Order: sequence, then structure tokens, then C-alpha cells
Amino acid sequence: MMDRYSKLQLVGIYAAVLVFLTFILLPFFEMFMASLRPLEHLFRSPYQFWSDDFSFQAYRDMWDTVPLLGRYIFNSVYIASMVTGITMIFVVPAAYAYARLNFPFKNGSLAIFLGVNMFTGAVLLIPLYRVLRSLGLLNTYWAMIVPGVAFLIPTGIWLLRSYLEKIPRELEEAAYVDGASRLYTLRRVVLPLAVPGLIVVGVSVFIGAYAQQFLFAITFNQERELQPLPAGLYEFIGYQSVTWNEMMAAALVGVLPVMVIFLFLQKYLVAGLTAGAVKE
Amino acid sequence: MSEVLTDIQGGQPARRRRVLPEGVFGWMLVGPAMLFIAVIVAWPLAETIRLSFMDAGLGGEEYVGLANYQDLLDSRKFHQTVVRTFYWMFLSVGLKLVLGLIGAVLLNAAIPGRALFRVLVMPPWVIPIAIGCIGWLWLYNGYFGVLSGTMMSLGITDGPFEFLAYKQSAFYSAVVTDVWVGTPMVTLFLLAAMQGVSRDLYEAAWVDGAGRWYRFRRITIPQIMPVIVSMALLSAIWTFNSFEVIWILTEGGPRSATTTLIVDTYKVAIGNYKFGEGAARAVIIVFLLAVFSLIYLFFLNKVNKHYGVK
Repeated sequence: MMDRYSKLQLVGIYAAVLVFLTFILLPFFEMFMASLRPLEHLFRSPYQFWSDDFSFQAYRDMWDTVPLLGRYIFNSVYIASMVTGITMIFVVPAAYAYARLNFPFKNGSLAIFLGVNMFTGAVLLIPLYRVLRSLGLLNTYWAMIVPGVAFLIPTGIWLLRSYLEKIPRELEEAAYVDGASRLYTLRRVVLPLAVPGLIVVGVSVFIGAYAQQFLFAITFNQERELQPLPAGLYEFIGYQSVTWNEMMAAALVGVLPVMVIFLFLQKYLVAGLTAGAVKE
Repeated sequence: MSEVLTDIQGGQPARRRRVLPEGVFGWMLVGPAMLFIAVIVAWPLAETIRLSFMDAGLGGEEYVGLANYQDLLDSRKFHQTVVRTFYWMFLSVGLKLVLGLIGAVLLNAAIPGRALFRVLVMPPWVIPIAIGCIGWLWLYNGYFGVLSGTMMSLGITDGPFEFLAYKQSAFYSAVVTDVWVGTPMVTLFLLAAMQGVSRDLYEAAWVDGAGRWYRFRRITIPQIMPVIVSMALLSAIWTFNSFEVIWILTEGGPRSATTTLIVDTYKVAIGNYKFGEGAARAVIIVFLLAVFSLIYLFFLNKVNKHYGVK
């Protein structure tokens, strides 16, 4: 009853939703439209909203124009996967400690982790550049993986901690009573129960890692073969004759992997991400 | 689950054994992550502070005391950059919050199709920021972009309008793109907060004859206030540090119109290899952000107290 809308209100709401979604989706729509237009049509002024020569040719040609496109997509996924894996190795034990254990300097160290969230990589680029250089990691995958991990650890700990706190303590206590060691309990009791949470945090770390490759890539890596998709495509934009239709096609194809992952997991992801923020 | 329990029972017989003290075990678990952060974040941060007192470049380093800071304080251009950065931040965050709140209300309305709408809002947040910006680059194109095209066919402008070519329009175009990047997340978090508000409150108000607007103003807003405040300050920090949007759209131009502190730092340090001068800028950013986080905590505390949230 309370939620019932009049016809007029419904029309108003749908109209507002339409405007809102138009703003959000317009760039994607235009990217798609541009990718369908033959190049000579694309560079036709004044702008034409519709034409009858749409084709998927750009999706074929882009592999020649951007010969490394497949490589870029692979690099993006590879870097994001490595970042996710390594981040989780650090995050899981730490999140468990913050969720369950009491140890000296607990709140202080948690505050330090969260403080890292306040800096972005851009502030630390100069010394980071030198650290990576002295470790001999410049122009390798590691130059993009290592900083990515550092800036995702805090978020990962924060998200997973709130998840672990919801697992009942009784099971762990039962394991202790039966004589299991702490590490054994973590491995065989807590982790199996935390799998849904691990997936949520893992996927959100992956998306973060996928989204944030650009800065580290353009700063720490000059090897074209190692560039992730955003940096690889960005390089083409500086060229004199940008084949925009192919560029857009490449960009859309490049984000496909992460969109597919997202569509499958969006329900859990949203629930998991917001759990930490709105606990009360 | 039963497998887990058999594992435990079958694993080790119950006997007295030495259990690791909790404090030691805790640090064993947290230690690796802390060490990683120390090497990759804390040490570079300390190094940034040291470098800010140096005249450092590719050639070498020389101690110059406070000269780098002095130069910045004396530079009118730097003052303008600081002002511009704050203007950029307040404008962009304000718009993100307003749009995010409107979006959350819309997506919270009990209408058919809302599950789909909720999914459709998220792509800008999920895809790499840089890719979204390449799309905006195309939209802003004066000759071939849809925005300029629409303006021409509506007769607002006579000829093509290059959004990113003029100081004013470039700045506001960058703001719009940054808002586009940030709005989905704000929407999502505010939506989650709204869903957390107890229905009983609304029903009680409804029974008493309270209208929709009244319920929104007197129940929804106060209930989600803590989340609004924390989103406001979190996105303030992110917006302050927003780099990719500006870099891809304009690289800080035209004539520095879109150069914020973070872009300025990048240009000086990485573009021109003036590590010392760049480091001084980075330290100022860190300082401003530290002040921010303090205000953040202070505010959050106050608001939480005011609304009786733990």
C-alpha cells in the first residue's frame, strides 16, 4: 500500500531513471555506435545520428591496426589475476587476525592500513619508481603487479574482516577443544566457511586491479608487449590518424572479460561490498 | 560442513599442547601484509619527504633545505593550482553526492525493472577508468562527437565545438567525466544504506499520514546520514587524487586549466624528472589529505553522535 505510486508518479520515476541511465550509459552507447561506423563516415561533419552503412568491419580490422590487442587484453587479465592472487595471500590471514584475535597494537595497525587508502599511487610515484628500479623490476610485469597489490591490501582486509566477523565463533572453539592448532583451525574450519566471502572480496580486488592499471603501466613500464589494455590503447590516441572506430571496438572487446565476470557475480558483489559500509 | 567436523575429530587427538599466544599468532598473520605496505608505501613516503628537501633529478641529489617549499609558496601558479584543486573537488564531489542520492532514490523505488536498472548503473565503476575516459574523449570531439553534433543540430552553436580546447569548457568537461566515474559507487552505497533503514519506521509514519517527501526528509535522510558523510569524505579524497580522468582528457591543459595538484606533481616529477620539486608537491598533497582525514573523523564522530549511531 505504502509503496503504491499513481500513474503520474510512475511516469515521472521512469522518466528520471531514463535520464539518469542515459548519462551513465551514453559513453558506452556512443563507443558502440562509433565502432560500427566506417571510418570515412565517422569523420563526416556535421554529425549524423543515424546512417545505413553500419558494419562490424572494425571488429575484424582492429586486430591488424592494433596488432598487440590480444596481448593487451591478456596482459590486463594476467596482471589483475596476479594482483588478486597475491593480495589475497596477504589479506586472508590479516583479515582473520583483525576479525578474531587480540594482539598488541591491533587498532593502531588497522588504522595504518586504512590510512594507505588515503594515498594514491600518484603521490608516491617518484620513490616507488626508484624502489622498483633498484629491485630491477622496471619494465616487467612485476612493476605493475607489486604497487597494485600494495594499494589493494587495505581494502581487501577491510572487506574480508567484516565478512569473517559474521561466521559464528562456536565452530572454532569446538576445534580448539578438540585440540586443533590455531593455524589448523584457520585452514580447515574458518576458510571453508568463508568461501562466499573470499569470492566476493577476490572479485572486487580483481575489478580494482583491472581498473587501476593505467597509472602504474604508463609510469613503470615501457615494454609495449607488457602493457595492459588501457595503456596500450592510450598510446594510439596520440597518433596523427586515430582509427577511432577500431579503437572503440578494441576498448569494448577489452572490457568484455571483466563485464562478464561482473554480470555473473554482481548480486553477491554488491551485497558484499556494501556490507562493510552500512553495518549499523 | 560435516566434512570439516570429521576432519577436526579425525585430525589430532585431544591432548594438552602448547598453543601459540594470541598476540604472537596475531602478528604472524598481520606481519606479512604490514611488511609489504611498509616497503611499498611507508618507505617511499619517507623517501618522498627526504627528497622534498633535495634538488634531485636524474643527475644526482643535493640538499637544498626548504628551497623547494619556498618556491612553491612564492609561486602564483601553484596557488592557483591549489585553489583549482579544491574547486575541482568540491564541485565534483557535490555533484556526485546529489546525483548519487537521486540515483539511489530512483533505484530504491518499488517499480518493475529496478533489478535491471541497478545493474545498468554500474558499468562506469567496473570498467577501467581509462577506457571510460577514451569514450568521453570521443563524446567531446567537436567535429564527430555526439554532444557537439546535437548542439549544432539544435542550433545552439553554429559550428563544431571542441569541448576540450577552451579553458572553461575543458575544466567543466573533466568535472562531468569525473562525476560520471564516481557516481555509480556513491549511488550503490547510498542505495544499500537506504535498504538498511527499517521498514517499521516508514510504516509508522505512513499510518500517521506522513507523505513521501516528508518520510524521505525526516526518516531516510537522518537514517542514512552517517553513510552520506562517510561517502562525501571518501569521495573527496579520491576526487582530490583523481588522475586518470584529467590525464587522458587533457593532460592538464589547455594552458593548465585542468591541472590539479596530482597532475601537477606528475608533470613535474615524472614528466620533467624534477624529483625534488615533485616530492615537495607530493608532501603538500599528503599534508592536505591528512588534514582532510582528521576533519573526516571529526565529522563522522559528530554526525554519528547526533544521530545516535554507535
